[in-house]
Amino acid sequence: MVIRKYDRETLIKFYREMKRVREFEEKACELFAQGMIEYNIHTCIGQEATAVGGCQALEKSDLIICTHRGHGQCLAKGGDPGIMMAELFGRETGYCRGRGGSMHIASIDVGILGANGIVGAGIPIAVGSALATNILKTTEITLAFFGDGASNTGEFHEALNMASAWNLPVVFFCENNKYAVSVDIERVIKVKDIAERAKAYGIPGVVVDGCDVLAVYETTKKAVERAREGQGPTLIEAKTYRYHGHFEGEPQVYRTEEEMSEWKKRDAIKRLYKEIIEAGFASAEDLADIDREVKEEMEEAALFAKNSPWPTENEALMYVYSNDNERSVAR
Amino acid sequence: MRQLTYSKAISEALREEMLRNEAVIVMGEDMGVMGSVFGITRGFMEEFGADRVIDTPISENGFTSIAVGAAMRGLRPVVEIMYVDFTTVCYDAIANQAAKMRYMTGGQLTIPVVIRAPGGAGRRNAGQHSQSLEAIFTHIPGLKVIAPSTPYDAKGLLKSAIRDDDPVVCVEHKLLYAGKGEVPEEEYLIELGKADVKRAGEDVTIIAWSRQVLSALDAADQLAKEGINAEVVDLRSLVPLDFETISNSVIKTHRAVVVHEAVKRGGYGGEIAAQISEELFDYLDAPVKRVAGLNVIPPFSPALEDYIYPHSSDIVAAVKELLL
Repeated sequence: MVIRKYDRETLIKFYREMKRVREFEEKACELFAQGMIEYNIHTCIGQEATAVGGCQALEKSDLIICTHRGHGQCLAKGGDPGIMMAELFGRETGYCRGRGGSMHIASIDVGILGANGIVGAGIPIAVGSALATNILKTTEITLAFFGDGASNTGEFHEALNMASAWNLPVVFFCENNKYAVSVDIERVIKVKDIAERAKAYGIPGVVVDGCDVLAVYETTKKAVERAREGQGPTLIEAKTYRYHGHFEGEPQVYRTEEEMSEWKKRDAIKRLYKEIIEAGFASAEDLADIDREVKEEMEEAALFAKNSPWPTENEALMYVYSNDNERSVAR
Repeated sequence: MRQLTYSKAISEALREEMLRNEAVIVMGEDMGVMGSVFGITRGFMEEFGADRVIDTPISENGFTSIAVGAAMRGLRPVVEIMYVDFTTVCYDAIANQAAKMRYMTGGQLTIPVVIRAPGGAGRRNAGQHSQSLEAIFTHIPGLKVIAPSTPYDAKGLLKSAIRDDDPVVCVEHKLLYAGKGEVPEEEYLIELGKADVKRAGEDVTIIAWSRQVLSALDAADQLAKEGINAEVVDLRSLVPLDFETISNSVIKTHRAVVVHEAVKRGGYGGEIAAQISEELFDYLDAPVKRVAGLNVIPPFSPALEDYIYPHSSDIVAAVKELLL
């Protein structure tokens, strides 16, 4: 059993991190339904293993670029759920002081270079970060999360081409959740796997089961080590599935109940739960304790957001420019 | 004082800033081995190495976004988009990424990127290599926009732009590159957002930028022969805008003509005219006039191209109409 390679602490951490992502998202959905969060949220329920497996393979000093479905990625990289939730609420205490919202969380302190509302746009930004690592002769690697939809953008191809031509320390991490909003990826690409596209750029392309956090972790670890040793980028394609609509309340006319329940049978959290217990690393009670702690943590996060102040109108024009802001926004 | 071409002045600005700060890199198509199609970075690759003088593939959106990512990490990339027309294929990188990162992260990130983009008609380059697109950039909060007309201004502004922590679009006019002007040996900077009165006068204010400043000065010479003293205000920076200099001039002359090569419809001249009308209406003796490019695509044919953008004669005619 693969799980035997791991120690208890690591496995519990993986479990806890995945639960945190799920619980954060479920809390966010609940708050959204209550009207506490405006506009919309794109949840990653079902995709916990990609966010957690991917980020656990990174050092603290490494950097990530997130997607519009990026809450899990931010949490897994070390984002604080309260500050994240406050950003979802549009409060001054949020990571971006409420200027960005759900799709745009950035926290430079924990290595989140930002999520992007433009599908595919984060990929070359990650390459730019990797270019800086090389020029500045530092050691951080940059991992770009993106979805199957983004792999059809020009930016994906331009970025992979330059990153591979210049041998940059970057990991391209595709969360293939099968749908770009409503369009089944199989209807809009000819190749069987997105990972095959790596061939065009002379870099390794790896497919991994995105519902198996340990497999995701190991695959990413290998890509990270490769990048850190100066061997250049890797394209990882993790096959995963989102349980909710593209955004909350989206009617999901493009998929069937059968398909959804098939994927839910492969749920990454349930899978790890079962494996941990079967291998004797922890008891059901131990894991129930974690579940309870995580639930409390997210309750507190929600409370922090609810009790946080709104940004004030007299600060609406702040942060547009770093030099000469007042004059530059005046006319 | 020594005379330098506009392109050499830009080249000097880049070189001095690269010598001053290792974080400054240049990137774009043909920037390295070739030294850029307009010769701006000739010799740079030998001097600074291929790490800091980066030959990119033809992937404007990709490499401009790469510059944004590199800027997040503390580099200060100067990107050349070979023709300003090509910024339309990297509009996302400029307008959604570079411009918005600081605001959308609540001030966590700054993007010290300079995007140099040669523009303008008159070289028989046809519609996809001849436009003046500065108005598009002025419309995007988060960007600063400069459009120098002289070698002296180009050097001083570009150096300030490279040191500025915000993204700056530097629109250069291709027909200015070969033109010479005085540039001192010693170092100097020109603050962004400071207009320059290129010629003093009391009868009318002609506001222009980039190559049309030369047309405006030429028009002012012609008008002077007829006893009309035009003041020529070179904006130099479009964002931030030095409205104070405009205002001081218009309060003195009571008349204003705004001149630009870009098409008239939606041009930045409309914005200037509106601001003057809104804020200085009581001082005006006549409506603000715009002299601008025709609302058309730059044609290839030499028989047509020179017809579509303003000449000094158009400015002279506009001034005379105001003074009727």
